[in-house]
Amino acid sequence: MRKIFRRSLASVLAGLLAMTALPRVASADTSMTMLVDNASHTIAISEALVAAFQKKHPDVTIDIEARPGGGEGDNIVKTRLATGQMADIFWYNSGSLLQALAPEKTLLDLSKEPFMEGVAETFKKVVASGDGVYGVPTRPAEAGGIFYNRKIYERLGLKVPTTWAEFMANNEKIKAAGTTAVIQTFGEPWTSQVLLLADFYNVQKQVPGFAEGFTSGKVKFATTPAAVRGFEYIKEIADGGFMNKDFGAARYEDGLRMLAEGEGAHYPMITFAIPALSDGYSDQINDIGFFALPAEKAEDTGLTVWMPAGFFIPKTSTNIDMAKAFLAFVASPEGCKVQGEAVAVNGPYLIKGCELPKDVVQSVSDLLPYFENGKNAPALEFVSPVKGPILEQLTVEVGSGIRAPADAASLYDEDARKQAQQLGLPGR
Amino acid sequence: MVTAIASTANGRRSPYPGWFFLPAAIVYGVFFLMPTFASFYFSLTRWSLFEASFIGLENFIQFFREPFLVKGLVNTVLYAAVTSGMKVVIGLLLALMLTSQIMGRGLLRALVFFPVLVSTIGVGITFTVLMHPTKGAINEGLSLLGIAGPGWLTDPSLALFSVALVDVWKGVGLATVIYIAGIVAIPKDYYEAARIDGGTKFQNFLYITLPLSRPATATVITLSFIGGLRTFDLIWAMTKGGPGFASDTIASVIYKQYQSGFFGLSTAGNVVLFILIAVLVVPITAVLNRREGHQ
Amino acid sequence: MRSRASLLGGAIALLVSLVVFVVPFAFIVLMAFKDRRQANLLDFSWPNGVHLWDNLVTVVTTRNWMLVTAFINSTILTVVSVTLLVLLGAMVGFVLSRRKTRWNPLAEFLILSGLMIPPAVVPTIWLLQGLQLFGTLSGMILIEVAYNLPFTIILYRAFIATIPRDLDEAAIIDGGRPMDIFFKVILPLLWPVTVTNIVVQSVGIFNDFTNPLYYLPGNANATVQLTLYNFQSQFNTAYNLLFTNIALITIPPLIVFLFFNRQIVAGMTAGAVKG
Repeated sequence: MRKIFRRSLASVLAGLLAMTALPRVASADTSMTMLVDNASHTIAISEALVAAFQKKHPDVTIDIEARPGGGEGDNIVKTRLATGQMADIFWYNSGSLLQALAPEKTLLDLSKEPFMEGVAETFKKVVASGDGVYGVPTRPAEAGGIFYNRKIYERLGLKVPTTWAEFMANNEKIKAAGTTAVIQTFGEPWTSQVLLLADFYNVQKQVPGFAEGFTSGKVKFATTPAAVRGFEYIKEIADGGFMNKDFGAARYEDGLRMLAEGEGAHYPMITFAIPALSDGYSDQINDIGFFALPAEKAEDTGLTVWMPAGFFIPKTSTNIDMAKAFLAFVASPEGCKVQGEAVAVNGPYLIKGCELPKDVVQSVSDLLPYFENGKNAPALEFVSPVKGPILEQLTVEVGSGIRAPADAASLYDEDARKQAQQLGLPGR
Repeated sequence: MVTAIASTANGRRSPYPGWFFLPAAIVYGVFFLMPTFASFYFSLTRWSLFEASFIGLENFIQFFREPFLVKGLVNTVLYAAVTSGMKVVIGLLLALMLTSQIMGRGLLRALVFFPVLVSTIGVGITFTVLMHPTKGAINEGLSLLGIAGPGWLTDPSLALFSVALVDVWKGVGLATVIYIAGIVAIPKDYYEAARIDGGTKFQNFLYITLPLSRPATATVITLSFIGGLRTFDLIWAMTKGGPGFASDTIASVIYKQYQSGFFGLSTAGNVVLFILIAVLVVPITAVLNRREGHQ
Repeated sequence: MRSRASLLGGAIALLVSLVVFVVPFAFIVLMAFKDRRQANLLDFSWPNGVHLWDNLVTVVTTRNWMLVTAFINSTILTVVSVTLLVLLGAMVGFVLSRRKTRWNPLAEFLILSGLMIPPAVVPTIWLLQGLQLFGTLSGMILIEVAYNLPFTIILYRAFIATIPRDLDEAAIIDGGRPMDIFFKVILPLLWPVTVTNIVVQSVGIFNDFTNPLYYLPGNANATVQLTLYNFQSQFNTAYNLLFTNIALITIPPLIVFLFFNRQIVAGMTAGAVKG
């Protein structure tokens, strides 16, 4: 009896486990996987590119898998790379985040591929490590600065500021008119750092060797007045009473809405917001303009540029040739066209032969002069592998009046030191 | 767990066979303990997932140098104490109410228990919206009563407490059910005897219900205190430790380190968290279980 | 008089519970009825028109009917894991509370450790890969069992301690074998706490997000919480869809609950008789 029972128990368990082995769907000739983050424009672009690519290669299917963005997504990407479970192609940030993936160990070097000739040098620099170059750009170049509502500017007779003092004077007038002058959305902490990060054109202009010094730990935020200014900007805006009442809880999407509907005049943000703005507020999109974050002196005001994410191929990819063919497609004028149809164009392309359409939105045409007159420089995270992870909490604290700018700057230095130590970055 | 098998060697077949431990011990040992021991080694390394180099105790030194560690420690203990305390008190009160002849008892039991079933992320999202300082339903409701509601999740001194409240809301149903099971299991004779002796309801509660539901209290405290020390999903879903660092707990600090790619450091943090919990919880459970043994 | 007091008490308790425990759910449901623009205002208001059907269709069909796959996967994962948990947990809890050996403290310590130590993700993935279980539901099931065993055992142990030993001793004198005693005498007596375990663990596993994210990658393996996360960002302006999804994935726990609600009460009455 006992034996029978035990045996039947065992068979029940075996049966239960067997149930879990679901049959797999039969696949086409070549099937590949692709891992992208779940931001809506990422998915829209990926789906459009995959559909166009599959049309050219009917024997290929690419299955897109979405993952969360932010730190959680970084984790998933690292874990899957380290355990050899990465998809055949994946979408990931360029710059300091890419460096943390140990590209030389984990990614396929593309520097000898013919299609890389079409990729702009500025982008290649931020996806390179050692002698290798690892990715192709997913988007046009982006920039951090201030989005502003042109209707409010018109109504109050304001001019686009070129110095910080002019910017603050504008804020005073907007506040006096009963409108929120600066939208802040600390409900999503990453948005709080834009004011600081977008000031980097100004910082590197005043302190030319800042990035190298910061990487090696010789130059610090707290002892560089030009760098501390970024924290002070955040505080001055908070102290001036310029922010929306719900700045602590408002989210990125709220910020875009307030800007588009004229509830707020300025929103410090990166231009990857342009597609979301033109999707959600197509009627108001041309009321929204953009200017670089004004520096102390007008001649120091310039554009801080963000490089877009790239497509990368892990060394463990099982379809390397087809994956390369996909990247070649992305890095071609045809790929740009597909992208541009899927999602609004938000800046100059980083692929040779790609032309901007004539009818770009207002904020993009505001952006282009900075690229043409050369008054632009990449943001710190693209010229230094060091980016302390707690920066966004520190900027929230400064903006919420919990911590003084100087204090935040020295905590940030400590955080950067820790990151360099933990990641074993060279030069420290 | 393997040890119980060895002690059956006295020849007589025990009615409580040691091999009952075996299947559980295998699954637990292989899928939980082995990776955990492996990770303890990594707490002594600089570990980037792609390579690990031995750096001795440096991670532990770094962990204790974290500027927000003290705040995180205090928050962790505070959160665990507040949530488990409230779950004990409210759970017991609700259980008393729901074991008495009260109107709508079935419905109330269902209502109180239901939040236990809803996904933490769902609850987090919902309450983040309800606690919005200007548009949230809670403050709208308060303003109807003429009260200006606070910034539940945006006021640094309030954020942790607000999350703890939601934790209690979501978890008190389980405490209540554990208490109901405990109270219902108390033999009726005791109350019968007390009734003959002319005891009041309050005396019944003090001298019968409270002492005899001690096992339930032990379970509720153990589970919710440990849960409180460890919780992280609700805090993460609602405040991500913010504003700034105001509602950071050790678990969220560790998670952030992990996210930043500081794998060795975050593993060291796990070891520290484990020791902290052991130091706090082992004595508590030892006391609670000793009392329980008398029953 | 007694009945009037309890009537009043009941009315007040009902009212408070309604506000505290019903309003958040009412909010979720109201949001699911709204259109995108109104939902984004995030206020507690009556929907302007019924948009539930549109929301439902969008949520269910998004990303190739991912929600349907997810429901199937989550159901298998939950049912098998909980079955194993109940069996293994009850066996350990039974012996642990009946036999007092000097090794019990170690077992207790290991159980507490399981509750306390956050799992080590990367070594676990290496292990699963070595066993050919990575990215399979079987592997995921074993992980869920390992991670949730301590809690199950604690619940069982506490409950078994309240069952008089006379019952199993009587069965031993009758010549029952350990297996028979356990399955015929003990396990039925454990029904109330088994129900608690089934409800709590199935909900925990059904609602688990992090573990499937790491151990069960791939669209074909998606579980329901993953779809929630997808919506949260993919439509982060569309709170109507997000809350429709929350409402949808709350239905299975609700069914489990409705199914076992009576059982909880019935089981408890049995428990009272046995005492």
